[in-house]
Amino acid sequence: MTRVGAPRLPDGLVVVVKRECETCRMIVPVLEQLRERCDLTVHVQDDPEFPSGLEPIHDSDLAVSWHHDIETVPTLIRVVDGVETARTVGWVRDEWESLSGVGALGPDLPAFRPGCGSMSVDPDLEHQLAVRFGNSTLVARRVDVAASEDEFEAMFDRGWTDGLPVVPPTEKRVLRMLTGTTRRPDDVVAVVPPDLVDVTVEKIAINAVMAGCKPEYLPWVIAAVEAVCNDVFNIHGVLATTMPVGPVIVANGPGTRAIGMNGGMNAFGQGNRANLTIGRAVQLVVRNVGGGRPGEVDRATHGNPGKISFCFAEDEIGSPWTTLATSRGIAPDTNAITVFPGEGPRCVVDQLARDPESLCNTFAACLRTLHNPKSVLAFDAILVVGPEHARVFAEAGWDRDRVLTELHARLQIHGSELVRGANGIAEGVPGHLKDTTLPKFRPNGILLVHAGGGAGLFSAIIGGWANGNMGSEPVTREVRP
Amino acid sequence: MNTKLLDPTNESRVSTMELVGRPESLRGLTVGLLDISKARGDVFLDRLEERLSEMGADVRRYKKPTFTKPAPVDLRHEITTQCQVVIEALAD
Repeated sequence: MTRVGAPRLPDGLVVVVKRECETCRMIVPVLEQLRERCDLTVHVQDDPEFPSGLEPIHDSDLAVSWHHDIETVPTLIRVVDGVETARTVGWVRDEWESLSGVGALGPDLPAFRPGCGSMSVDPDLEHQLAVRFGNSTLVARRVDVAASEDEFEAMFDRGWTDGLPVVPPTEKRVLRMLTGTTRRPDDVVAVVPPDLVDVTVEKIAINAVMAGCKPEYLPWVIAAVEAVCNDVFNIHGVLATTMPVGPVIVANGPGTRAIGMNGGMNAFGQGNRANLTIGRAVQLVVRNVGGGRPGEVDRATHGNPGKISFCFAEDEIGSPWTTLATSRGIAPDTNAITVFPGEGPRCVVDQLARDPESLCNTFAACLRTLHNPKSVLAFDAILVVGPEHARVFAEAGWDRDRVLTELHARLQIHGSELVRGANGIAEGVPGHLKDTTLPKFRPNGILLVHAGGGAGLFSAIIGGWANGNMGSEPVTREVRP
Repeated sequence: MNTKLLDPTNESRVSTMELVGRPESLRGLTVGLLDISKARGDVFLDRLEERLSEMGADVRRYKKPTFTKPAPVDLRHEITTQCQVVIEALAD
């Protein structure tokens, strides 16, 4: 394949080589044979003197290699009237003889030897070349930052950041980011509130670069953007609310381990690039594409630090239970994310419980206080059970459903404790409910996740926001390449 | 050398809209009261309805299904075609 704007190749035979390639060095006698019998032009990628005596042309900027789509060296090309009519890669004697029309090539050489990778497809250079030779398919507006400007300050000034510095989204970095997905850059992924703007894979990739993502994180970011930007999750409301919530992302599947996500020690904390940058990229998309900025549509009274990023993996390997994603209908061992409108995590301490009943009592007592001890049914929660607590359940043979059933049973509250004014607290449910029993959570309102480090008899609660049709439903989506 | 960055935003331009001129009087005008479905917003709107009716306005009441989501397009259309003035009540 020849790309638009390719330098014209001379008629005859053209070979592209590099000295670093052992096969290229091996076939020098063949090139000498061909030079005696035909018009042979040699382009060399690395050493301008190689091969000596054959007047090599140095492809110093790799323009010839890139435009003529050289993936392997040596590549032998036949050119007629300036047009490529045939090519062969590596050293295959039969093919070289047939292509050149010259027999008895390299009689002392083996009949076959594979070549090496062309410098023009070196992962470190490929995207730089694509930018240099203007083959970009990206359509985002280019913003010139003058050499005298500090590009990091320029991005702050333009309001593109979440308050922390972002990686400059150059075309080269965005092209490299896009290698993380099979989706086309112009694919529309979602309509992002609050401005209700179509977001393409390209725009997500730009924001993922800024967040600090690696290309292999991009499918996770895309899945999370899809999961939050719909009427079910309602990112508009999650953003606009005065409550301190943001999209909390729980990741499942073998891919979490492949990309190095953390579901173990310090799972919610600092230090893990995948966790932090995936969550951050989603929030940057909402900010930059959706136009959702604090003080504008975001009306949070306090907010929480997790609104920069709150994303972690479930520890599946150490878990006694089925995973969160599987419990929400995703096939086992499938990469998936669950988004939840959540506040910051709070710690549940119980260092003495050795039986599951006692531990459930602690969990229920702590869950009972969520948002207000007298608030019922309005909010969901993620209960993140740490490994040392999970072991108590595992040893007693309690599966996920048993734990949830026991928790819900302990969270049935008599109306007399909940009505307005009870316990000297004005907040509460209307007085006519005083003789009823009300559940703290709706039936699917506790999401059980296993995560955390191996030491510490602790768990964590992540409180939610207005649930169901009135506010937001957690959404689980498969992560596709 | 200048650095070229790709714009991470939606690249849209903010359109400006002229505010409708304030009416000199509400007498004879249709005033829409939009309840966003937050607790006790109706208490405030009930009182407003009383006061506006006394002033000679024709009051119509509207309600969003939930305060957490933008008003549905149909509701917005209904209000704009039926009212000359609208008051949206935020309650908390």
